[in-house]
Amino acid sequence: MEKVQLNINGFTRIVLVDPHETILDTLRNRLFLTGTKKCCDEGTCGSCTMLIDSKPVLGCLTPTVRCVGKEIVTIEGISSGDDLHPVQKHLVKNGGMQCGFCTPGVVMTAIPYLEENPNPSVNDIKEGLSGNLCRCTGYKKIIEAVKDAAEELNT
Amino acid sequence: MSGPIGKPTPYIDGVDKVTGQAMYTDDFRFPNMLYVGLVRSPHAHARIKHIDLSAAGKDPGVAAIAVGTEIPISFGILPISPDENAMAVEKVRYVGEIVAAVAAETVEAAQKGAEKIIVEYEPIREFIDPEDSLEICGKDEQIHSHTKEGKNIHKTAELRFNEPEKALEKSPFKRTESFKFAGVTHAFTEPHATIAIWNGDETLTVISATQVPHYLHRNLSKVLELPMHRIQVKKPALGGGFGGKSDPFAHEMITAYLSMKTKRPVKCTFTREEVFITNHGRHPTTMDMSVGCDNDGIITALDTDVIIDGGAYGSFGVVTSYYNGVLLQGPYKIDKLGFRTRRTYTNKPQCGAMRGHGAVNPRYAVEVILDMLAHDIGIDPCDLRMKNFLSENTLTVGQLRITSNGVRECLETVREKSDWNNRYGKLPYGRGLGVACGFFISGSALPIIWNRYPQTVVHAKLDFDGRIVMFSGASDIGQGSDTILVQIAAEELGIPMDFVQVEVADTKTTPVDLGSYSSRVTFMVGNAAKMATERIRNEMAKAIAKEKSVSAKDILFRDKKIFTKDGTLDIAWEDGVEIAMAGRGAFVESGYYISPKLGGDFKGSGAGLSPAYSFGAFISEVAVNPDTGEVNVEKIWAAHDCGKALNPLAVEGQIEGSIHMGLGQAVSEDMRFVQGQIMNANFFDYRIPYSVDTPEMDVSIIESNDGEGPYGAKEAGEGPIHPVLPSIGNAIHDAVGIRMMELPITPDKILNKVREKN
Repeated sequence: MEKVQLNINGFTRIVLVDPHETILDTLRNRLFLTGTKKCCDEGTCGSCTMLIDSKPVLGCLTPTVRCVGKEIVTIEGISSGDDLHPVQKHLVKNGGMQCGFCTPGVVMTAIPYLEENPNPSVNDIKEGLSGNLCRCTGYKKIIEAVKDAAEELNT
Repeated sequence: MSGPIGKPTPYIDGVDKVTGQAMYTDDFRFPNMLYVGLVRSPHAHARIKHIDLSAAGKDPGVAAIAVGTEIPISFGILPISPDENAMAVEKVRYVGEIVAAVAAETVEAAQKGAEKIIVEYEPIREFIDPEDSLEICGKDEQIHSHTKEGKNIHKTAELRFNEPEKALEKSPFKRTESFKFAGVTHAFTEPHATIAIWNGDETLTVISATQVPHYLHRNLSKVLELPMHRIQVKKPALGGGFGGKSDPFAHEMITAYLSMKTKRPVKCTFTREEVFITNHGRHPTTMDMSVGCDNDGIITALDTDVIIDGGAYGSFGVVTSYYNGVLLQGPYKIDKLGFRTRRTYTNKPQCGAMRGHGAVNPRYAVEVILDMLAHDIGIDPCDLRMKNFLSENTLTVGQLRITSNGVRECLETVREKSDWNNRYGKLPYGRGLGVACGFFISGSALPIIWNRYPQTVVHAKLDFDGRIVMFSGASDIGQGSDTILVQIAAEELGIPMDFVQVEVADTKTTPVDLGSYSSRVTFMVGNAAKMATERIRNEMAKAIAKEKSVSAKDILFRDKKIFTKDGTLDIAWEDGVEIAMAGRGAFVESGYYISPKLGGDFKGSGAGLSPAYSFGAFISEVAVNPDTGEVNVEKIWAAHDCGKALNPLAVEGQIEGSIHMGLGQAVSEDMRFVQGQIMNANFFDYRIPYSVDTPEMDVSIIESNDGEGPYGAKEAGEGPIHPVLPSIGNAIHDAVGIRMMELPITPDKILNKVREKN
């Protein structure tokens, strides 16, 4: 076991972790931050996407020990109180989620994507979300929600 | 409607889901909790000679061990085929079957403990190809001892109406074709998970990712020999089901048993590979089908012979066997109809119910053959379909009662929107349009376990805070049933949705609902919720009428006000609540739904009976690259008759999700096995459509308004998948002139056919 200091959602946490443990397991099992979901645990579905130093990263492929000294932002760090991020707000409004299990990963992919691509076309958004598996929605309402969020962020 | 019914309504649990606050089963933890490690069979078919538990038993991290002989009572979703055990007893029947289990202090300790259990096997002849299961085999080779004639056939379902074979012989136009469908799986995103808690008062609480808390409740009671009144099953937020969580599962029995044994909370969560191994997906199917037409394109008869590969256990298989035939009775009028389905046992993970249960593959076959017949006769495929539709308010040949029916409007809608008349058959080589229709039950009219109870009961509670709480066993699996409960209460009582909350899917506190399967929830639970809240309204009106000296029947509830049209009464909701509760306090009203008695009196007449049926018509546009065999589904026009759409946002979501799932089965998804070992138990190799694969979707909701449904509603969760696959198959024909008889339609198959043709 190794003692590591992690910066998660702006707050410092000290945890004991296995050297091969993923940040996904550390968050879920040791810190009870269960908003990040474990769907495939092998880098194929995007459900465990989180931000590390502002970049979207798959938590299931990232060892916790490599997150030391970096800024980790999880789904729990996105909205504060009543203020949903526009991506979250439009996902709710547009019906861009059904079972909701892939949704935190979609949010954590779409937010940094829109920061880099403020005016995406529908095809751009499809590319941007191409690592996020959703089995419920057929993606249409997710894409529409991200488009609406982009418009709101631009005004 | 003056309230939220019929208006696009975001889910009430939407904010919890987008913020990561929604709690799914694996997100729960309890003090002193143990974790399950499972020992799975490496053999497809083998006798268990010996299980050595000694090393695992000495492991300090292991709190308890269990093997099949400790809880040998069999279970299954259907009372006619309870052929599964919590853990294998005497023999294993598929690679991955659970043989033993440990409960340990951590996930890692559980895995290590399980690895220390040594099982000796004696392999038996394996049955992988369903054709082999149709032959007589040795008594010792039979997968289950109860199958008849020394074969591994689980079920033969057969019905024949009005000698279809004779009519086919005489038909001027006839097609007999063979089809083959790969097995596909639900691939819900949340892996199976369950937590069992043995409570100090000797009751068992099970929190599980299940579509059917009620049937899990019953099966836990049977296997654990624990009375039903000491079991509570709760379904928290659930990450997708599509039928894949509609059976009681072995791991649920095991986890509960280990909790009883250790008197501690126990959790079991599957890996993605384990989810694939568990399967319960759509049956791999081969199908010979004949359809005849007269010179005008009127269908004369249909006859089909189907083999479905059930895998090692029964699951919903008896129902699936019937559905492969009986759900061919719509949307076309076919008075001479015959089918035989044989469901084989094989040494693979079991197949069961998956979205569109039992009807997706035969729908592909019949819609492709109708397309071929239209070409043979020389009439437009849409015209041929229009000539053959069932009418409203009619009986099919097998006595399915058709009430509302919007299929004509569905087809007219997509025909017009896609500019079919100007484009079909006229697009350049490599581009094509295809049409197909569909039809599905809106809830099974018969419960799985026969009893005299309603299929669902809803309690609505009114209390001093002015809030309505809806108590329902309905299981929201992402389709939005919790939101529908709130919409209905708000509609009936004229209050904002935030005055209504739900307590759901908890077999201790909520009245029985049978579960989220067979597209029954909006229809049945909706009716019960409407009745319960109407009764609340009537009770309130009675009390207010007495106190305010007005006639109860004149009292209206709207916009959080309670009033009469003439203005003699005009009070706020809260004042009405105070009057209604005076002298009696909080009260609960109950609503229920029982399907009317339906159907004929022949054997098998119960299959496919539903109080209402949904209809649909889709047109797909595809681009096919004849050099690479690549198919790109570019656009789908979808029109679905769901009766009144109570929440159009959710209905659209169901139609769009059906397009996604249908597209996957049509062009890429395929459960591949070699010697009983699944080869693609991950999302790299089992290809589900991602966002870049998603076609443009033009969705039309056709509201035929059914007399039996709540506010006229019918189903939307499963029916929309049926037309997707054949509309793609037929579009490929329009594009490059080839008929695809095998799914998935992968590039190699396209290339072979294109080469054959040229």
